[in-house]
Amino acid sequence: MSLKDKYCIVGAATTKFGRVPGVSPLGFTAEAVRLAVEDAGLKKGDIDAVLCKYPPTGFRSLWAHKVSQALGIQPKIAATVDQAGATNIGLVQYAMMAIDAGLITTAVCTYGDNPLSGPPGTYAAPRGSDAAFGLFGAPSGYAMIAQRHMIEYGTTSRQLGAIAVANRAWACKNPNAHMREPMTIEDHQLSRYVAWPLHLLDCCLVSDGGAAVVVTSAARARELRKPPVYIMGIGQHHIAWELPQRPTLTTSGAKISGELAFKMAGITPRDVDVCEIYDCFTITPLVTLEDYGFCAKGEGGPFVEDGKTGPGGSLPMNTSGGLLSESGMAGMQLVVEAVRQLRGECGERQVNGAEIALVSGQGGIMHTHATMVLRR
Amino acid sequence: MTTEYPKPLPEVTEDSRPFWEGCQRHELLLQQCSRCGYRRYASPLCPQCWSPEHQWVKACGRGVVYTWIVVHQRYHRAFEKDLPYNVTIVELEEGPRLMTNLVGIRNEDIRPGLPVEVAWDDMTKELTLPKFAPAR
Repeated sequence: MSLKDKYCIVGAATTKFGRVPGVSPLGFTAEAVRLAVEDAGLKKGDIDAVLCKYPPTGFRSLWAHKVSQALGIQPKIAATVDQAGATNIGLVQYAMMAIDAGLITTAVCTYGDNPLSGPPGTYAAPRGSDAAFGLFGAPSGYAMIAQRHMIEYGTTSRQLGAIAVANRAWACKNPNAHMREPMTIEDHQLSRYVAWPLHLLDCCLVSDGGAAVVVTSAARARELRKPPVYIMGIGQHHIAWELPQRPTLTTSGAKISGELAFKMAGITPRDVDVCEIYDCFTITPLVTLEDYGFCAKGEGGPFVEDGKTGPGGSLPMNTSGGLLSESGMAGMQLVVEAVRQLRGECGERQVNGAEIALVSGQGGIMHTHATMVLRR
Repeated sequence: MTTEYPKPLPEVTEDSRPFWEGCQRHELLLQQCSRCGYRRYASPLCPQCWSPEHQWVKACGRGVVYTWIVVHQRYHRAFEKDLPYNVTIVELEEGPRLMTNLVGIRNEDIRPGLPVEVAWDDMTKELTLPKFAPAR
């Protein structure tokens, strides 16, 4: 039985983003949950599942249980999931499955962390034996993929930069964005290399913050405070291979994950009004758009080059500024932004008449992927 | 392994130990599945056919550049003097790809498909890294 349109996101919230000292990962998470449950018009007693993405600043055993304790909730299901940046959508999928199985009625899915004001170096950690050769941090891995995309398809740094510039233009319309200084393609090209061919402005931010969404049945959703946002389609796919072992670097889990989500939703990319595509690095949305079928494989560069993903463009993407400009936190904020767009809550950055939104999450070095299609 | 070596050491596990011991002898070893013949770097069972039986076989040490990056960011103090340095994925003639560094070539001269061969780098008495240089 398809889960299409049976479950809804009824509450969505983010905390303040940027450098926010004095708040623990638990603090960001608890605050995001409080705001999301309040947004739904629910009370803590209505939540019977707490699903969490682990915070990368440090592994903490029984994380979802620590979050539950902080919230004063003894849930029927508490689980901490590790799919890196794909986790946020994964959590929503597990919530739907648990409700569908009759195990719970209402789940909160959440993630919060303090990698900027907390312990340094979270995203610069050595990567196994690769560190013996000087490979550290996420930018280096994504740069390997970007360079291979350039080798195979002639993609250029300026084309990658077009994504960063468009995202920043959106962030300038978002009062909660971490980075709100306007950016040009020249700024992108002149920014220092982190790992050639990726410039600093190809890389997402490191930001403190938290985000949460509340998932329940469509029947229940219709009685709540905010207009329900229906989950039309959802899918995951995990390439899993480490970079050298991966058969191809230029097709990601987005291909099959996207096919699953689009098929369940019964739509095609043409039907999407607004998309929130995980953008840890500029190469990621470029590959994801190709894999989802917005353009042919290899044509992502020319596709985004004209700025069509920015404000006023034909494919509004990352309307909050994304990981590149709103908040570097790993993805739950993209789900929140999609919900807000479908509710018409986005003020200056609102995409007029947005009815269908597409959200992606992915993580590791494109090891994981999840896709969700939402409608109002 | 000596404690004075300032760079990160490879993660030597029960699965990968023969590979790194081979490096010490200047032998580039790959795991070959005893059932289906699939060759891989190091894995507890064959990811193709799930056979746990394998032999370690010598690779010829030749390959081509698959992709590479040039690291500019200072991530680790011991690599600071090397900046900017390349990290490269080489595709071996036998099929598997390895993470490595190219030596004997300027970063700006690296090209996709460049033929390369293993160039053993004895970092310490206990640690040898398989780096690669342009094929002679």
